[in-house]
Amino acid sequence: MVTLALLTGPIAVPLAVSGARALGGVTVRSRPRRRVRVPAAPRPVAALPGGGPAPGPPPPAGLPDAGLPDTGPPDSALPAVRDGAVRRDGWEAAGVLCALTVLACAAGLAVTVTRHGPATAYGRLLRADALSVWMLLAVGAVATLALAAGPRGPDRDAAAARRYDVLVHALLATLGLAVLAANLGVLWIAIEATTILTAFLVGHRRTRACVEAAWKYMVICSAGIALALLGTVLIYYAARQAGVPEALALDWPTLARRAGGLDPAVTRLGTGLVVLGFGAKAGLAPLHAWLPDTYGQAPAPVAALMSGVLSSVAFAGLLRYKVIADAALGPAWSCALLTGTALLTLALAAALLLAQRDYRRMLAYSSMEHMSLIALGAAVGTPLAASAMLLHILGHGLAKTVAFCAAGHLERLRGTTRIGRVRGLLAEAPVLGTALALAVLALLGLPPSGLFAAELGLVRAGFAAGMGWSTGAALVLLLTAFAALGTRTARMLLGPPPAPRPPARLGARTALPLLAGLLLCAALGVGTGPLTGLLASAAEIAGGR
Amino acid sequence: MGDTLYTQLLDLACGAFLLAAVVVLWLRQLASIVRVFALQGVALAAVAALLGAHEGRWELLAVAVGIALLRAGLLPHLVRRALSAPAWPAHPGHHYEEDVSEARETRPLVNVAASLLSAALLTLLSYAVARPLVELNPTPATRALPVGLAVVLTGFFTLVTRRRALAQVVGFLLMDNGITAVAFLAASGVPLIVELGVSFDVLLAVLVLRILTTRMRAAFGGTGIDDLRELREW
Repeated sequence: MVTLALLTGPIAVPLAVSGARALGGVTVRSRPRRRVRVPAAPRPVAALPGGGPAPGPPPPAGLPDAGLPDTGPPDSALPAVRDGAVRRDGWEAAGVLCALTVLACAAGLAVTVTRHGPATAYGRLLRADALSVWMLLAVGAVATLALAAGPRGPDRDAAAARRYDVLVHALLATLGLAVLAANLGVLWIAIEATTILTAFLVGHRRTRACVEAAWKYMVICSAGIALALLGTVLIYYAARQAGVPEALALDWPTLARRAGGLDPAVTRLGTGLVVLGFGAKAGLAPLHAWLPDTYGQAPAPVAALMSGVLSSVAFAGLLRYKVIADAALGPAWSCALLTGTALLTLALAAALLLAQRDYRRMLAYSSMEHMSLIALGAAVGTPLAASAMLLHILGHGLAKTVAFCAAGHLERLRGTTRIGRVRGLLAEAPVLGTALALAVLALLGLPPSGLFAAELGLVRAGFAAGMGWSTGAALVLLLTAFAALGTRTARMLLGPPPAPRPPARLGARTALPLLAGLLLCAALGVGTGPLTGLLASAAEIAGGR
Repeated sequence: MGDTLYTQLLDLACGAFLLAAVVVLWLRQLASIVRVFALQGVALAAVAALLGAHEGRWELLAVAVGIALLRAGLLPHLVRRALSAPAWPAHPGHHYEEDVSEARETRPLVNVAASLLSAALLTLLSYAVARPLVELNPTPATRALPVGLAVVLTGFFTLVTRRRALAQVVGFLLMDNGITAVAFLAASGVPLIVELGVSFDVLLAVLVLRILTTRMRAAFGGTGIDDLRELREW
């Protein structure tokens, strides 16, 4: 009964909030924007010729300048932040509570699963093992941080604000379903559903650039995901020929148990297609072209969710197929496939980081870099590498969420995403600058961040497993990316502020979640604490041997 | 139904299925492309119905009816409506040029003759790739498997080389038709719940693409992919 509730919660609660917002949100007042208050005007939203605002109730009086550029004098800065904080309405809090519910369910499942082993519900539809609980923890933590700290896009009107809330909660529900699905078909359906939902979220601002990013995202990811469906169909065919009954032929535990009997040639073709398809969603080459555009244009919390968890949830789906492929073909096939993909992605990311002039795209390429390291961890496949990979997923999710949320506030502060136009951020906005600096330091893999422990573990495991050449090449590329990311961020942070003016402040409601994310990421680097047992069993599943 | 008749009908349906994909590459009028796509949906439904009748699984006939409704009715209807959506009167400068070329694929990356040649090569490739699939369980149905793969590859090719938004949507739908065909020919279709979920996802994806097309027309004054030049590296 408790298990049933814990397994249903991460899907049903966000779905219920989403539905409630869709049905009942019309009468709720429109929400004023929360903002870092500075004299500079935010980047003007490019007007769409002919694309008028969607019909909706007019914003009520008493909320002045909700959607207008904010050009108040500098000395009005502090009161306005407080004001904005007070006037936020309930839906934002509901969003954070909803994400916290997911996190609480994940914690509950962690206890159940470490004590009693995998839990199932609704026949064989939902299933939680250590790996899915670990991913659910990441989803809950990242969603809580992103929804609490992120500056949402400037909503044009109440209808747009409602649509945003509905879509974000629906996205949370599909992420939960993708993590907890036991059936590979349902997993595919959930991941395709995340594509559909995020396409709208990416296009939320409706500028030309947003429409372009949304189109590229939708076309490339749908095509990639279609290849993954073809791969799934081939695995189903192989399973049916191996005598698995129809109802169980896409059930992951059954497939993993009976994978030894699958036809090798068909499984090879199927898993190759799946690596290509889910790799597209995870931001791995060769179908990665949507990623920088999308992360650059999506509202900051959405970019954080996509980079922090959506990509790793897709990768966790890929890991399920890897387990099947390893049992059917031996580890060589998936190792070669994933190593090649990882090194190609890493080389692309490092090269493009070197030439980067936009800080949100820079963070996007950093995501590709980290996803390729995660893929390399999966390729090595020893228990140490698998633990390092899972630690990397969680640590990267936390650090990248803080980085994207801070970048979103920075974009609002300066009205630009060009690296060259940002100078002296630490002097101008000390809290925001520090948060961004610490997040980037964590992403660079400096101790005590969790990513340091993860990358150290990966390198040790790689050399121990006899993959010295690949690991060495990855290290060189990693160093390039390190230098590019480090120098560009330093240029933005250091130096004198552009004009002498009082420092811009970040409200405590925004600063505290950012700080919490950084602290959690650092704590992961020191030790996994109560998660140690869960991490070990999850690594055992992901390693598969 | 005799085995020979079944095999012949199945081959006929699969042939029509493949031919439709090639004709999509050949045509330039988007309206005709959508019509051919609808015919391909009928061929796919026929494949499902034949398999159902041959194996005596009558629930497959219901699935075939669903496929015909979705892929020969609803999806082409949606694409056609996006095609006939009123042009946004926004960009006065763009009005004349776009109004003429909106319904035609005027400048594909690869011209029609080369596209048809590529389709032939892709079909050969899929026969080569599908050999282990056929060897696993050689029946009349699995022997037609390469046709499904060829349609997937042709769809991917359309997606990559066509420069009109709606032509790309049709490419995506061709891929999806091909995958459904592979599922039917290989294992008489995936479990019903998965089939339903996949169909629903595809329907939603087409709806999203349609809305994005409308927004694209509003923002860029047309649906040419080459106009999407806001986001690039340098």
